[in-house]
Amino acid sequence: MAEVRLRVNGADHPLDIQPQVSLLDALREHLGLTGTKKGCDQGACGACTVLADGERINSCLALAVQYEGAEITTIEGIDHPLQAAFVRHDGFQCGYCTSGQICSAVGMLAEHKEGMPSAVTGQGSGSHLSGAEIRERMSGNLCRCGAYNGIVEAIQEVAG
Amino acid sequence: MRTFSYVRAPDVETALRTIATEPNAKFLGGGTNLVDLMRENIERPDVVVDISRLPLTGIDELPGGGVRIGALVRNSSLAAHPLVRTRYPVVSQAVLGGASAQLRNMATVGGNLLQRTRCLYFYDEASACNKREPGSGCSALGGFTRNHGVLGVSDHCIAAHPSDLCVALAALDAEVEVESTRGTRRIPLTEFHHLPGSTPHVETALAPDELVTSVELPAPVTTRSRYRKVRDRASYAFALVSVAAALEVRDDTVTAARLALGGVAPKPWRATEAERVLLGAPATEESFRSAAEAELASATSQDGNDFKIELARRTIVATLRDLLTDRSAA
Repeated sequence: MAEVRLRVNGADHPLDIQPQVSLLDALREHLGLTGTKKGCDQGACGACTVLADGERINSCLALAVQYEGAEITTIEGIDHPLQAAFVRHDGFQCGYCTSGQICSAVGMLAEHKEGMPSAVTGQGSGSHLSGAEIRERMSGNLCRCGAYNGIVEAIQEVAG
Repeated sequence: MRTFSYVRAPDVETALRTIATEPNAKFLGGGTNLVDLMRENIERPDVVVDISRLPLTGIDELPGGGVRIGALVRNSSLAAHPLVRTRYPVVSQAVLGGASAQLRNMATVGGNLLQRTRCLYFYDEASACNKREPGSGCSALGGFTRNHGVLGVSDHCIAAHPSDLCVALAALDAEVEVESTRGTRRIPLTEFHHLPGSTPHVETALAPDELVTSVELPAPVTTRSRYRKVRDRASYAFALVSVAAALEVRDDTVTAARLALGGVAPKPWRATEAERVLLGAPATEESFRSAAEAELASATSQDGNDFKIELARRTIVATLRDLLTDRSAA
């Protein structure tokens, strides 16, 4: 066991955990923050997306111990216009991917604002966050219900 | 996941000393591949040395026009860097064409070089795999081979190398700097990865006690370069075929060509045969097709990946045509 101090949603949490515990399991099983979901547990679906120092990451592929000192933000710590926009645009059906979608979108909007290019940037889209840009930048978040149209509309509305 | 001891290296020296003295230790960078492989019980280190806080995160201009990229630069930082975007568009495009934004925020340059194949038989413990269990056989042969290689493969292994970044680095004559307690050495990227032969478990030239510290790119022969990736969905999928290319044309003649292929070989595949055909040839679709034919002449396929040979030829031609005609690629 190792003592790990995680900083989550603005609060410090000392934890006694083994080094192989993922950030995802630390959040869900040790801190009771079950808003972050476990989908594939192998970095292929994005359901576990959280923000680490403002950047979106897959918490299933992160060892909790490696993120000591980082400012972790989960869906429980997010208060953002995207949340109401997802409701307005039916950006989900079952809701299992939604926490990850919203954390990812928050990170994505910040990346875009800082000038991060994407694989479709430069193909006529300019600096505007087009539907094609949103789909490409959000491709790390799968939705098995197929609510993609609503998700893209919700993000586009907030992005302006 | 099997447990292990976790050591956070405060500096490069400590990291190197730890890896040299611990018999079954692994470096942990971004974790996107290692954590997954440990969870799958494929990687079973006793000690994990976390190097993610080492100061190997610079992207620095070199005298002579090259660039040195620290091994711990995140994929997203590499793709967004102005020097990389202007001098080596193919590198930025290759990175942005790979994985997802979340993974690119975590994954490092050094880790990208060392990522292991996504062959499903390598991952599946019930299957035979000479890479996972030397001498056990290869279940991919006669299996589902849509994602497997057609160049440089052997009777022991037909797995494809998964990296996009490495394909661009192979085309650009990158060199890898590695360090151990024994000293520092440089390995050309094209010699960093091994072909499987009869030892597919030996994947790279890196010794167990060595750490990748940086990747150096020489000054580009041309800034007209591009990465084109063909895959089963529009984003967030490994390449069926990818092409990294740089092309310089003067008076309708090819004066410089750099070409490498991804998704088709056990290592990032520098297309030297194609380059030979292109150099000095008229910059026409016919030359591009001849170059592609020459490169794929030695290809061998299974039922499930036969399509890759023609797909690779066409993707080579299309990428070179893009470079020739699309002014925005310059």
